[in-house]
Amino acid sequence: MITIENLRKSYGKLQVLKDVNVRFETGRVVSIIGPNGSGKTTMSKCILGMVLPDGGDIKINGESILSQHAYRSQIGYMPQIGRYPENMKIRQVIQMIRDIRRDAKEVDEELIGLYGLKDMYEKRMGALSGGTKQKVSAALAFMFNPQILILDEPTAGLDPISAEILKCKILKEKKKGKLILITSHIMSEVEEVADEVLCLMDGQLKFHETIASIKAQANEERLSRAIAKIMNEED
Amino acid sequence: MKKILKYVFYDIIRNKIVVAYTLFLLMLSIGLFNFGGNPDKAILSLLNLVLLTVPLISIVFATTHFYNSYEFMELLVAQPINRKKIFLSEYLGVACSLSGAFILGVGVPVVLFGASLTGLYLLVTGVFITFIFVAMAFLASVITRDKAKGIGIALLLWFYFALIYDGIVLFILYSFSDYPLENTTLALTALNPIDLGRIIVLLNLDVSALMGYTGALYKSILGSLWGIGLAFGLLLVWVLVPYLSSRRIFSKRDL
Repeated sequence: MITIENLRKSYGKLQVLKDVNVRFETGRVVSIIGPNGSGKTTMSKCILGMVLPDGGDIKINGESILSQHAYRSQIGYMPQIGRYPENMKIRQVIQMIRDIRRDAKEVDEELIGLYGLKDMYEKRMGALSGGTKQKVSAALAFMFNPQILILDEPTAGLDPISAEILKCKILKEKKKGKLILITSHIMSEVEEVADEVLCLMDGQLKFHETIASIKAQANEERLSRAIAKIMNEED
Repeated sequence: MKKILKYVFYDIIRNKIVVAYTLFLLMLSIGLFNFGGNPDKAILSLLNLVLLTVPLISIVFATTHFYNSYEFMELLVAQPINRKKIFLSEYLGVACSLSGAFILGVGVPVVLFGASLTGLYLLVTGVFITFIFVAMAFLASVITRDKAKGIGIALLLWFYFALIYDGIVLFILYSFSDYPLENTTLALTALNPIDLGRIIVLLNLDVSALMGYTGALYKSILGSLWGIGLAFGLLLVWVLVPYLSSRRIFSKRDL
């Protein structure tokens, strides 16, 4: 569904992505892991067109997305740190995005209900806690029933119950045949929801395999140990 | 695009600064018209004040607005919207609301107390100056991510066009006063939108007779309909150049 070819990006002298080649298939949950600053967020922002790559190509369903915009109607994005206009209320933000995406056929309000956002509709975005902002981001990402979901550390600021709700939602959407990309540092969470793990290191693809094959390769029961083992071996 | 524009307007209108700006211009114009008695004189004083304050307020307000809308733009960029449309909506939102404030604040008193062709030129010039300096503000804001730096660049631009440029022109005219400089002066005027605006309005007042040979040259060139058209055309170029270059930078940068 998404094909990334020779993707390169540098910020000044710092090379963040060095010739990354990946393919993501539909109906999978792919977890993108890697140390801080390894290019995870940059890669997902490249798919979204928020960061413009220096070289290479990104294709969704065979079509290049560089300098396009219409394809974003198929993508739901939940940023690592949601930044919203401070003086808008939750209701206004949600209404605005709905207004812009009026052509979307289905509107999925499940997360708004589960997170009880309606009770907080009149609160200003600037007055919200980090966790509540994350809930708004999550609700917006899932709202228009997109074919691709890009979740950047989705559970980082959420309380355990909300994180659980989100995980259930991710699995539910996966069953509908969507592609879900998650960047995360929490291995237990990766193990719970993901099918495949993609590891970036210093802007290069370290490995991209299914969880079962990683475990088999390292001969370990726990994913975190297996990954640690693989990384150490390759050094 | 209309939808985005709606939310930009919504954001600006809740901001009290535009209301304060309107009231300030309104009081200024009414005051000047009531002082002088002669509407032409009032328009002249108004012109000088407008050419100093409108660029300053436009450029500072637009720069701070741009940085404050960063989150808003970030939110929209992940949606299926062309970046250029987001940028145009932001630009039109700011420029139109400031122009609206200007038309209300200066236009209403001019129509009430001194409706004339000169008054109309003053209004059109003011609107152009607003659009030009909002475009410059956006250029300053896309050049750097740092808000303080952006506002610094914006203020420098204002200093340059409102104060320093005139000094440079005077210096050139004084140093080369032995040579015929009429055409040079004309070219130098075109390089500063504020001067251009001032000349457009001045030439429609009788005071242009006081400007000597250069004034006569201006009158002969800009006095005709063709010349006025050229002057407004140049103002339009002054809108388009900073707008298009800032849009280019905006659509090619990482958010």
